[in-house]
Amino acid sequence: MDKNIILTLFNTLILLFMPFFVIGIIKKTKAFWAGRKGVSIFQPLFDTVRLFKKDRTISSTTSWVFNFAPVVVFATTLFAGLFVPMANCYSIINVVGAFVIFSYILGLGKFFALISAMDTGSSFEGMGASREACFTTIVEPAFFIILASLIALSGNYTFSSIANIIKSSGTFGILIVIMAVISLFIMLLTECSRVPVDDPTTHLELTMIHEVMILDNSGVDLALITWASGMKMVILMALITNLIIPFGSGLKAGVGLFLLTLILLAVVIGTLESAIARLRMSHVFEFVFVMSSFALIVASLAAVKMYGI
Amino acid sequence: MDYYIMKNNQRINLLDIPTVDFGVLRAQLAATNLRPVSFFGSDWGQNIKLFVVLADDEKGNLLVSSALIDKNVKEYESIAKDNHQYHMFEREFYEQFNIKPLAHPWLKPVRKNQNNYEFFEMEGEETHQVAVGPIHAGVIEPGHFRFMCQGEKVYNLEIMLGYQHRGVEDLMVKKPSNQLAESICGDSVIAYNMAYSQVMEELCGMEITSRAKLIRRIALEMERVAIHIGDLGAILGDIAYLMGKEVYGVTRTLVINTLLEISGSRFGRGLITVGGVNFDINKELSEKIVDTLDGVKNTVEKMTKATLKSSTVMSRLEKTGNVSKEVAEELNLVGMIGRSCGINLDSRFDFCDEFYKDFERKSFKATNDAYSRFKIRYKEIIESISFIKKFLKKLQDCETEKLCVEKKDLIPNGFALSIVEGWRGELVHVATTDGEGRLSRYKIKDPSFNNWYGLSMAVRNNGISDFPLCNKGFDLSYCGFDL
Repeated sequence: MDKNIILTLFNTLILLFMPFFVIGIIKKTKAFWAGRKGVSIFQPLFDTVRLFKKDRTISSTTSWVFNFAPVVVFATTLFAGLFVPMANCYSIINVVGAFVIFSYILGLGKFFALISAMDTGSSFEGMGASREACFTTIVEPAFFIILASLIALSGNYTFSSIANIIKSSGTFGILIVIMAVISLFIMLLTECSRVPVDDPTTHLELTMIHEVMILDNSGVDLALITWASGMKMVILMALITNLIIPFGSGLKAGVGLFLLTLILLAVVIGTLESAIARLRMSHVFEFVFVMSSFALIVASLAAVKMYGI
Repeated sequence: MDYYIMKNNQRINLLDIPTVDFGVLRAQLAATNLRPVSFFGSDWGQNIKLFVVLADDEKGNLLVSSALIDKNVKEYESIAKDNHQYHMFEREFYEQFNIKPLAHPWLKPVRKNQNNYEFFEMEGEETHQVAVGPIHAGVIEPGHFRFMCQGEKVYNLEIMLGYQHRGVEDLMVKKPSNQLAESICGDSVIAYNMAYSQVMEELCGMEITSRAKLIRRIALEMERVAIHIGDLGAILGDIAYLMGKEVYGVTRTLVINTLLEISGSRFGRGLITVGGVNFDINKELSEKIVDTLDGVKNTVEKMTKATLKSSTVMSRLEKTGNVSKEVAEELNLVGMIGRSCGINLDSRFDFCDEFYKDFERKSFKATNDAYSRFKIRYKEIIESISFIKKFLKKLQDCETEKLCVEKKDLIPNGFALSIVEGWRGELVHVATTDGEGRLSRYKIKDPSFNNWYGLSMAVRNNGISDFPLCNKGFDLSYCGFDL
């Protein structure tokens, strides 16, 4: 069979089903550090299946937006995922300028998530939406700067070319990659509501960011939204993985390495969550701004590399 | 001021309590700097008799006074308008007897009329209200919290409770029992049962043995250790510090399992009875308890050290939810929360008995914030463990004594009061008997009754996302308040 067909198939499967296992592994890691046995790593998958079997309960104060939003969130995340290079650094849709489409498709999804939260009229969800919007305004420019710098550096303006940076830029590339990975990792923690930005396990509505926005969702809607947020995590992990792993080492090795890095990243997140407390809401902004500083460093380094000093 | 001086855990004749003119009493209460520990009305034929108990903490005295109010009187000039410590007491009195305190700063229901009530409101472009509860996301008790916020900042929090009002005080008069006393507040089983038993023993004129008293105090301190450790874990759980949450959670289980070995209940239900205790602590068990507590102490010390070294934890705890000493004094905050704000009240030492008098009262350097509330728990755990060990040693001296003395009948016209320092703070039980030797009034004041307002003050000017952290630090009782 054609190598590309196999990779397309494989990457779609990773995008769709890896989210459950990544979250499962994070939970297992946290349980390990806490000295507990923990739930099976298949539990997030079972939970989603269970939610698909359930009915939706819809508040009478909501409009069509609330009905429509979960589908939009899921569809946009899935679509955005198709642009991202996954195993073997293969993007299913590989076009020039893909990162712009990618960012704004994710943005569309987030926009619907925000207005759907506002649509319920709940004071909690409005608060969560305002926090989420606030973080996004910090994260988005930084994300853009990083991706634009990396892609400009790689030369041919496609997403999958970012894996060549270490190869093409040598030692200078390593420095850039380290900065970019730190920045993207902070973005991963922020966008996927992990400690120290958000606490995914809390029941305290007043402290939540992402979780509070979906308090009113149930059944299929909730399943789609949690699935989508898991996919987003895999997408961001894939970006990091592609930066640090030099690919082109053959199909089997490439795929294996990719999965291994995803699992490793999940373990790192789980360990981090066990070791530190959550930041105070006002300090979270400082933490997220660190991402912007690293993004600017990446941009300057890329400029130096491309145009000389 | 005309009053009768009594001690903690003492019965006095109801007729010895001076009855003064209500106007005079009102003026004196408004002016005094002694803090009220109990303020309640009682049906008195054509009149309502208002009892007031003030505490003179330095001398360890309790000052009792009373006034008769005609049932036709429908209003009086509020005491709270001059002395804020009476704020809640007057609201409660108004709710129970429908005599309106005029010019009361904020007269609204305490426990009843849950449907229509006012809240402080504010207006502006960025202001918003957040209403939380009475049904919450976690498995906790019902209570309504109304935040007035500007953006993330809380300007005011108003707390509405009473959703669990069961009429406990009336039930106590009709059918008093240890089981009922234990069920009032599930996390202070020992403290409640101890206060109830002491009041009843005084009213009956029973003198219980030192052995029973020691076992009660051991259980009381165990309860303090267990709940404090659980709270330390819960505080850390709220700020997502997983390690601390799990370790403290496991350690708490060791302590409550020890209570299980003593009494057959992890919360000490059925341990205390009127006249003494139901279960003994023999030498073998005593050694086992010491062993367990040594292990607990070791773990708690290590974990606390590690926790307070963590910069992320400290950044959450420090300077969160400040309550200044002045505010705390004005509100009459009591117990552990009071101590964390620099008010050195501890009824174990203020109204000292023969068991606590040998212990040194250690001072606590209060910083008034969430860190202070964390640290005081740690300090009290270590302190209580050393108390328990000393009590266990003393227990060996009175091995031959009975566990429970024989029951007697209630003495007519009695007025008995018992203050127990539960883990939250001073728990006040007062009971009176009528001329025929029946209970005529039973009044309970949980420390939460004083301290809920402290929580409101703590979250002012803090981020709304810090509320859960403040709330866990206070960890107040809903059902102890609702009664």
